[in-house]
Amino acid sequence: MASYVPAEIMVARAARELENGEVVFVGIGLPNLACNLARRLHAPELVLIYESGAVGAVPDRLPLSIGDPCLATDSISVCSMVEVFNYYLQGGLIDVGFLGGAQVDRFGNINSTVIGCYEQPKVRLPGSGGACEIAVHAKKIIMVLKQSKKSFPEKIDFITSPGFLDETNLRKKYEMPGKGPALVITDLGVYSFSARTHEMVLTEIHPGVTLEKVRENLGWEVKVSRRLQTTKPPTQEELRIIREELDPERIHLRE
Amino acid sequence: MKTKLRTMAEAVAEFVRDDDVLVIEGFTHLICFAAAHEIIRQKKKNLTACRLTPDLIYDQLIAARCVKKIVFSWAGNPGVGSLFGLRRAVEAGIPRKVEIEEYTHFGMVARFMAGASHLPFMVLKSFEGSTLPKKNKNIKFIKCPYTGQRLATVPALNPDVAIIQVQRVDEEGNAQIWGLMGVQKEAAFASKKVIIVAEELVPSSVVRSDPNRTLIPGLIVDAVVIEPFAAHPSYALGYYDRDNQFYVEWAKTSKDQASLEKYLEDWVYGVSGRKEYMEKLGADYVNKLKAKERLSGPVNYGF
Repeated sequence: MASYVPAEIMVARAARELENGEVVFVGIGLPNLACNLARRLHAPELVLIYESGAVGAVPDRLPLSIGDPCLATDSISVCSMVEVFNYYLQGGLIDVGFLGGAQVDRFGNINSTVIGCYEQPKVRLPGSGGACEIAVHAKKIIMVLKQSKKSFPEKIDFITSPGFLDETNLRKKYEMPGKGPALVITDLGVYSFSARTHEMVLTEIHPGVTLEKVRENLGWEVKVSRRLQTTKPPTQEELRIIREELDPERIHLRE
Repeated sequence: MKTKLRTMAEAVAEFVRDDDVLVIEGFTHLICFAAAHEIIRQKKKNLTACRLTPDLIYDQLIAARCVKKIVFSWAGNPGVGSLFGLRRAVEAGIPRKVEIEEYTHFGMVARFMAGASHLPFMVLKSFEGSTLPKKNKNIKFIKCPYTGQRLATVPALNPDVAIIQVQRVDEEGNAQIWGLMGVQKEAAFASKKVIIVAEELVPSSVVRSDPNRTLIPGLIVDAVVIEPFAAHPSYALGYYDRDNQFYVEWAKTSKDQASLEKYLEDWVYGVSGRKEYMEKLGADYVNKLKAKERLSGPVNYGF
């Protein structure tokens, strides 16, 4: 088995979740790598949409930012942000939205706004950007982020982007068009959400990771699927593409 | 007709006043750093600075004490991490306390749409379940009079002045953009005064040969500034690339107020304008960022 860093198994796992022909709202960092990996392998017709207005982007270098020039060049359309948010996202065209954040709770609610209180924050984070509306509208949400007790606390300090909100799934009450979070991919494993309690359930554990380690890095008592599997490690080909074509300078692949 | 052509110094002196609500738009692409630097040199103060992404440009305005309040939706260093100048102001009041009024991207886009349409507010489907509406009372919810659906609303944003960078413009201010165009059109139509900063001045015949590319018409433009490389370290598609290294190094440059002020001393106060700034960067540095040629196919406007 080839050796790899956690970021690489996260990218490979996220890429496998994407189906050919799907329309994906792409974020920068690991989601960007995952989408472009999928596009080079099993999903050549994946349509990448970036909130900057690039539709059907085919970046031929690693975009450092979400508005990198390589996203416009050769795309199928460049539209204004009015169109991205109104016609594409609110229009229901997005199949999959990727989100990350500083904190996630068991219902998949995300905080990317503040640590501490809002008025006198301990740490001021960037805020929503388009995350809140992606969470509301994308048919399905995949989260990719590293797992620790801090980043997966019992209670998050601020809800920037709604997941299921609580055990009753308030999304329904609010008539949100999107179905909510489907998958959380961390450096330790993969979680899906219980259809009954809307809580995160560990369904896959990465090779070499113990349940104990998962518990140590989660702010609540982990729910484990009865059909827990070991995540398929990245293949040689996936690793080659990630390392040689997508992120040769290893900007997003540090430990 | 009176000319709209101005130098950057003239345009900022004439159209940007203390206490103004200011917008310098451009989503990663075409962010007019040259205008911000001139605002800093002219020591404008108490600005309410609006932008979806404050970016390095407002990090610098904040550190230079020009800003009393920011209105925004994503305050990070794109692709890199934090905006330390902004964070110091918000978390610790250094060098002065800056108020925040926060939305989501869609919320800000909708505010500019309402502003440009001269309607009092805009509706959108967002914000439900988020803590943000509890912290920003400008985000409200209404019941749709037709369907009964609950929708969010945000108020119009009508800044005093917009500064919009474009690739090319004619003397009347007919401004053309290609590549990512963010929310520049709405920001311009929403604002009381509009300054266009362009990489290149072209004859009106060039604009008229491709009218679909005109994002902002001269009829809403008050001043035209021709300033090559005015968007560095952001970029102008077809002219120069984004200086990603600058964005990466900004994490270090902006880490404390002293080193950020040293940057302002060297690169803002220490130069008279963009021309000197470019000379200071050096021809080799500037040339490395020059765009490669990638021409689109022509279209036939004939009838």
